[in-house]
Amino acid sequence: MSNIREELSKRILVIDGAMGTMIQRHKLEEADYRGERFKDWPSDLKGNNDLLCLTQPHIIVGIHKQYLQAGADIIETNTFNCQVVSLADYGMESLAHELNVAAAQCARQAIEEYRAETGDTTPKFVAGAIGPMNKTLSLSPDVNNPGYRALRFDEAMEAYYTQVQALVEGGVDLLLIETIFDTLNAKAAIVAVKKYFRDSGKPELPISISGTITDASGRTLSGQTLEAFYTSVAHARPLSVGLNCALGAQEMRSHIEELSQIASCFTSAYPNAGLPNAMGEYDEQPHETAHFIEEWAKEGYVNIVGGCCGTTPDHIRHIAQHVKSLKPREVPVVEKAL
Amino acid sequence: MTVIKPYLRLAGLEPLVVRPETNFVNVGERTNVTGSKMFARLIRENKYEEALSVARQQVENGAQIIDVNMDDALLDGVQAMVTFLNLLQSEPDIARIPVMIDSSKFEIIEAGLKCVQGKCIVNSISMKEGEAKFIEQAYICRDYGAAVIVMAFDEVGQADTEDRKVEICHRAYKILTEQVGFDPQDIIFDPNIFAVATGLEEHNNYGVDFINATRRIKQLMPLTKVSGGVSNLSFSFRGNDHVREAMHSVFLYHAIKAGMDMGIVNAGQLVVYDEIEPTLRDLCEDVILNRNNDNNEATEKLIAFAETVKAKGKEVKKDETWRLAPVAERLKHALVNGITDYVDADTEEARQLLPRPLDVIEGPLMDGMNVVGDLFGAGKMFLPQVVKSARVMKKSVAYLTPFIEAEKADNADTSAVATILLATVKGDVHDIGKNIVGVVLACNGYRIVDLGVMVPTDKILDEAQKVGADIIGLSGLITPSLDEMVHVAHEMKRRGMKQPLLIGGATTSRMHTAVKIAPQYDNGVIHVLDASRSVTVAGSLLNNDTKSGFLNTLRNEYDKLAESFHAKKVVKNYLPLAAAQQNKVAINWEGYTPPTPAFTGTKTITDITVETLRPYIDWKPFFIAWEMHGNFPEILTDKVVGTEATKLYNDANALLDKVAAEQWLTPKGVVGFWPAINEGDDVLLQHNNQTTKLNFLRQQAQKAAGQPNFSLADYISQEPGDHIGAFAVTIHGLEQWIKKFEAEHDDYNKIMLQALADRLAEAFAEYLHEKVRKEYWGYQQQESLSNEELIKEEYVGIRPAPGYPACPDHTEKYKLFALLNAGEATGITLTESMAMYPASSVCGWYFSHPQSQYFGIGKIQRDQLEDYAKRKGEPIEYAEKWLRPVLE
Repeated sequence: MSNIREELSKRILVIDGAMGTMIQRHKLEEADYRGERFKDWPSDLKGNNDLLCLTQPHIIVGIHKQYLQAGADIIETNTFNCQVVSLADYGMESLAHELNVAAAQCARQAIEEYRAETGDTTPKFVAGAIGPMNKTLSLSPDVNNPGYRALRFDEAMEAYYTQVQALVEGGVDLLLIETIFDTLNAKAAIVAVKKYFRDSGKPELPISISGTITDASGRTLSGQTLEAFYTSVAHARPLSVGLNCALGAQEMRSHIEELSQIASCFTSAYPNAGLPNAMGEYDEQPHETAHFIEEWAKEGYVNIVGGCCGTTPDHIRHIAQHVKSLKPREVPVVEKAL
Repeated sequence: MTVIKPYLRLAGLEPLVVRPETNFVNVGERTNVTGSKMFARLIRENKYEEALSVARQQVENGAQIIDVNMDDALLDGVQAMVTFLNLLQSEPDIARIPVMIDSSKFEIIEAGLKCVQGKCIVNSISMKEGEAKFIEQAYICRDYGAAVIVMAFDEVGQADTEDRKVEICHRAYKILTEQVGFDPQDIIFDPNIFAVATGLEEHNNYGVDFINATRRIKQLMPLTKVSGGVSNLSFSFRGNDHVREAMHSVFLYHAIKAGMDMGIVNAGQLVVYDEIEPTLRDLCEDVILNRNNDNNEATEKLIAFAETVKAKGKEVKKDETWRLAPVAERLKHALVNGITDYVDADTEEARQLLPRPLDVIEGPLMDGMNVVGDLFGAGKMFLPQVVKSARVMKKSVAYLTPFIEAEKADNADTSAVATILLATVKGDVHDIGKNIVGVVLACNGYRIVDLGVMVPTDKILDEAQKVGADIIGLSGLITPSLDEMVHVAHEMKRRGMKQPLLIGGATTSRMHTAVKIAPQYDNGVIHVLDASRSVTVAGSLLNNDTKSGFLNTLRNEYDKLAESFHAKKVVKNYLPLAAAQQNKVAINWEGYTPPTPAFTGTKTITDITVETLRPYIDWKPFFIAWEMHGNFPEILTDKVVGTEATKLYNDANALLDKVAAEQWLTPKGVVGFWPAINEGDDVLLQHNNQTTKLNFLRQQAQKAAGQPNFSLADYISQEPGDHIGAFAVTIHGLEQWIKKFEAEHDDYNKIMLQALADRLAEAFAEYLHEKVRKEYWGYQQQESLSNEELIKEEYVGIRPAPGYPACPDHTEKYKLFALLNAGEATGITLTESMAMYPASSVCGWYFSHPQSQYFGIGKIQRDQLEDYAKRKGEPIEYAEKWLRPVLE
C-alpha cells in the first residue's frame, strides 16, 4: 500500500459520497435487512444500514465500486453507527466487532474487484468511518437538569475502542472520526485510538477528523467555534481536519477558508448536496456541487474533497474531474520559534 | 505560504491564544474550594447554582481561564468536579473560556478531563513520585489534549533555589517533549512561589529565586510558559490586605518582566504598580528583590510598616479627586462608597441645579442607588456596604424633605412606587434581619413601611390595607412565631387580601413555608432566605409579566416539597415512651459526688461592664447577621468578602470602644442554684421549702445500639445532694441609641448596635457560665479555656435554654423566671410568645454533670405529648400548641 501522506502532497484526493442515499435506491425491505441469519431477531432491523455488511454484502461492495469507478480515492466503510452505544438501538451490541470487520472487508474487496476489472493501479484507500453516536457527552438531554449526561465518557471511549480494534483488524488504511456534533465524543474516540495502538503495539494508522458546523451560527452543536474545535482535537496529530454534513458547499465555504488558515495538517471538506428541500430531499446537481468545490481547490483551501448526504457517484465523478488538475493546498509551516 | 506560530492555544467554546503581546493571562481563582471559603461552602451545601454564579462573576471580571479545584477533605472530589464541570458546560457565558482543572489528586484531574470538550490546562503534574508516574500522567493529559502545568518538584522535594527550579523544569521538559511527545508550547512551568519576609533568612531570596528561574527557563525553553500562585508570596502578612496587594503587584511587575506568562490571582484585588504609595513600594521592592536585607533589615522595615497600617485598621486611602466631578457623579460616588461627609452640600448643589427637589431623588440619587443595586446583585458589593449606601441616601432624602414638603402645596401627587410593609410578628422582638431587608429593599427603590416588632395580625393587615401595601413581609426568630405566621396567612385569606406574603427570619424555612403557611393563602407565600434574595423576589412579584409565572413555579416547587415532606414522614422509627425511658443516659452515680454550689438561692449580677464581656464575644454569628458566612477570624482574610469583613469588624470595634467608654449599655444578670432530685423525666427542685417540678422531654427516635434516648432530666441524680442552676442575662440601654441613629437616618449603626448587643448578651452568658464553673458552683476551679474553646463548648457542664433543641417547651421559662425572680432582678419581661424583651437577652438551666451534653429532642410521639401534659397538669391542647415544632 502506498503512503497516503505522499499522495496528499501530490494531489487533491477525492473521498466518496453518501452511502445512505445509495442504499435507499435499492428499496430494501425488512426481510432484506434481516437476511437468513437474523430472520428471528426480536427487534425491527429495517434502517440498520450497518447490518447490510453482513446480510447484503454484495450491495455494499457494489456501492463502494460505483464510487471507485466515479473517481473516489478514499472509500468509507459502512460503519457510521457501528459501535456498542448506537447498536443498542437494535440490541446488537454484541455484533459490534463482527460488523466492523465485515465492513472493512467489504471495502477492501471492492477495491480488489475494481482493480481487477479496470486495471487501474492508482492508490485507493479505505477509511474506517467512526460516527458521532446517538448520545452526546457534553449536552444534557433533559433541559431541567443541565448537569445530567445520558452517556459517560468511559462508555463512549470503550465503545469506540472496540470499533477501532475491529476496523484495524478488518484492514482499513486510516481512521475517519466524522460528523462530529460534540467535540467531547470525538475526544473519546481519539483517546480510544491512541489507547488501542499503544495497547496493541501496532503502528498507528493516520487519523482524519471531520467536524460539523450545524447552522449559520458557525458553531458545532455543542457550541464551539471552528477554531476552538480545531484547538480541541489538534492533539490527535491528525492527518487531516475538515468539515462535513449539515451544510451545503455554499454555506460551508467561509468555514473551510478559515480552517485552511489555522490547520497545521491537511484539510478535508465533503458537504451535503446543498440544503434539503421541503421534502427532505437534496436537489443540488452534480455539476453545481463540483463547481463550488473546484473554486475551493483553486483558492488552495483543500486537500481532500467529496460529498456527504444526498451526493451520489455522479456528484463524485464531477468533483473528481474538476479537481483532477488542480494543485492541493500547501500545509502551513509551523514555526519553531516565536 | 501560510505560517502558523507555536503559540499556546487553549479552548473553551471559544479559543484562547497566548501570544507574546498577550502580556499576562489572568486565571480566575475563586472557583477553588481551597482558596475560597464561600465557594467551598456552596459546594459542600450542594448549592451548585450559586457556585456557578461565582464562576460567572470571574468571567465578567475578566478572567481568561477559570481554575476549578475541589480538593477538600469533606468532599467527594471526583463527584464535585464532575458535577460542577458538567453544569458549567451548559452555561455558554462561562464555558466560553478554557478550564484549568486543578487538583493534587490525579484521579480528580482525569475525571475532570472527561467532562470538558475544550482544550484544558491540567494543574498540575510533577516528578514528585518519580519519573514513571510523571510519564504515565503526562500521557493521559496528552491523550485528552490538555496543556499541563508542571510543578518544579522532584523525588527530592519542591525546588526552592534558582538552580534547582531550572534544573527540574529542564529535566521535565526533556521527558515531555522527547519521550511523551508534548509540544513545548503546551508545557507551563510552576517554579513555586514561596512566602518571603517570614523572619527566616533562608526565605528571603525566594522571590529572587523565582524571578531569576523564570528568566532562565524562558531563555532555555522559549516556547514554554511560566505560571504561579501569587498569594503564597505574602503569606506572612495575612490579615493585612493592604500590604499583601502591594507585594503582589510589585512581585508581578518584576516576574512578568522576567517572562512570567500567567498566574492565579484575584485580579480585582491587584493595585496598580504605579499607584502604590512610594514608601510601601520601595519596602516591597527591597523585600521581594532581597535588597538592603542583611540581618532581615528590609523584612523588619516592611513588618514595621505593616504594623502602622494595621494599627490604623486598613488604611483608608483618602482619595479626594472624586470631588472634582460634576455633582451627579459625586452623589453616585458617595452612594457607592458610602461616604456621608459631603452629602448635605452635594444635595443642596443638586437641588439648586434641578427644577424640583424631588428630581434630586428621582435623578442622581436613584441613579446611584441603581448602581448599588446592580453591584450588590452581581456580588460585587456586600451587605454592610449596601447599608452604608442606604445611610447616604437617607441623609440626602432627609435634607430634601423640608423642601419637598414646602413644595407639596403645588404638587399633590406622590410617585407610584411600590410599597412593602414589614413587621416582626406578635410575641417576637427580634428585628435585625427585618431591618436589613428593609434597607436593602429601600435601596432598590421601594417604599418601606416598617411596623416594628411584636405586631399583632390585625394591626399588620389593617395597616397593609391602609397604606396600600403591594407586598407584606413577616419576620420572626423564635419558634412560636412560625404559628403566628400561619395565622397571618390564614387571616389574609379570610379578609380576601391579594398581596403576596414574604416569610423570613432565622427559624423559618422553605419546608415550613411550603408545608404549613403556603396552603393557608392562595395569592402567594414566598420564603425569602436572606436580604439579597428579597430584591429579586420583590422584583418578580411586582412585575405583571413575571408575577403569575413566578408564583406558579413557586407553587409547584412548594407542592413538591410538601409532598416529599409527607412522603418522608414515615421513614423514621420511634420508640414507645416507656421504651425510650428505659434507654436513658447511662450515668454511673455510684462513686460520684455531685458538686455543691457556693450558695443556694439567687444572686444578682450588676457590676459587669462591656469591657469585661468583650473578650467573650463569638464573632461568627455577628458576621452571619450581616449575611457574611465563614469562620472567624478567617473571614477577615477571605478572598471574596475579606476586605469588607475587615471593614465591618473595624467599624464594630470602633463602635464598641465608644459604647464602652461612654457607658451606653448596662449588662444585668441573675444566677441561682437549688437542690434538685430526678424523678423520671422531671426534676424536683427545692426552694424556700417549696417544690417546683421542672418538666423535660425525652428523645423518642429509635437510636443505634449503645446510643441513649437523651433527656436533660437524666443529668440530675435520683439521690439527694445534687443541684440544678439557672441564669438570665440581658443588655439594657439600647433604645435611646437606636432612636438616635434612626433620627440620623443611620441604619448602619442602628443594625450594628443591635447586632453587637445580641453578641454582648451571648458573651455575658458565656462569661457567667465560666464564673459558675470556676466559682459559684466551683466544679472546675482549675479550668483555663481560650475563647475559641469556649465557643466550641469544650467546657464541662451545659446551659441549655427553654425553647431550644434540648428542652423545646418555651413555657418552662415561666418557672425559670419565677425561680430567679428574673423580672425584678434584670428587667427582662416575657411576651405572650415567650420571647424575652429586651431582645438581647439569654437565659437557661445549668447542669454540672461531666457527662451532660447538648442534644436535640427531635420529634416526639403522641404518648409522650399526653404524658407531658399530664405531668405539667395542663390541657393537652395547650401542650400541643407549645410543642408543635417537635410534633410530627
